[in-house]
Amino acid sequence: MTRTRGTLYRGREGMWSWVAHRITGVGIFFFLLVHVLDTSLVRVSPEAYDAVIGAYKNPVMILGEIGLVGAIVFHAFNGLRIILVDFWKKGTRYHKQMLWGVLALWLVTMVAFSARHVMLFLEGGH
Amino acid sequence: MSTTNTPAAFPATSLEAPRSGRIDPKYLRSKTSSGSFEMAAWVFMRLSGIALVVLIFVHLWVNLMSGGGIAQIDFGFVAGKWANPVWQFWDLVMLWLAMLHGANGMRTIINDYAEKDSTRLWLKTILVLGAAIIVVLGTLVIFTFEPCMLDAAGEQLPRAVCPS
Repeated sequence: MTRTRGTLYRGREGMWSWVAHRITGVGIFFFLLVHVLDTSLVRVSPEAYDAVIGAYKNPVMILGEIGLVGAIVFHAFNGLRIILVDFWKKGTRYHKQMLWGVLALWLVTMVAFSARHVMLFLEGGH
Repeated sequence: MSTTNTPAAFPATSLEAPRSGRIDPKYLRSKTSSGSFEMAAWVFMRLSGIALVVLIFVHLWVNLMSGGGIAQIDFGFVAGKWANPVWQFWDLVMLWLAMLHGANGMRTIINDYAEKDSTRLWLKTILVLGAAIIVVLGTLVIFTFEPCMLDAAGEQLPRAVCPS
């Protein structure tokens, strides 16, 4: 029996990037619904807005924001990779290498974002 | 090589070459009722995706990475940004593109995983209603924003931003 190592997509980089793109997309969509609602409180009163936006400024939510931005940055970079797979002549040949590029860029971006976000949170005096 | 294979014994030999022009109409990509809409949706996802990378990365940079970061965000911060029509327009375009991009992605996922016709219809009805409510609400908030909010008696609300 031949030991299969996946087909073009199934079980390999192509499938897992597709799964991750879906999961991050759904997560971002539901955050967007919440984010429009919390911003809408500026039409209720300044105090209502400040109270609810204050909930984004505690340590647990700071971690949540890093997770949210991590999802957004992956979805953004992987989305650009999908566009290259679709439109660049050699896109399908290099789709795996491009995924490693996406993950490398994601890591660099997230290290920088997380460091600055935590630093600004600590400076904020909470 | 003089033997002839009957199509019944060797079905593969009776398949037409790709693009030979003799393809069963049910396998043709064009002339389906949803073809042009799905094509437009596919193109929209790519174009809006590129725009959203710029719109959202700048949004995150200005709100979370520059100035005081997350600690600076309050009613006054929003009032400061929306005093500038560029940021009103920025947030409006970001709202519309993100909601349409996200709703279309959710539509794709519903089509993939909801197998019953009635389930798909219900989920997509909820999706369209929810997305429409959020887009209309967000648009109204951007255009009716009032930095100097007053109470019923005409007194300035705490933390409102009024010209001194």
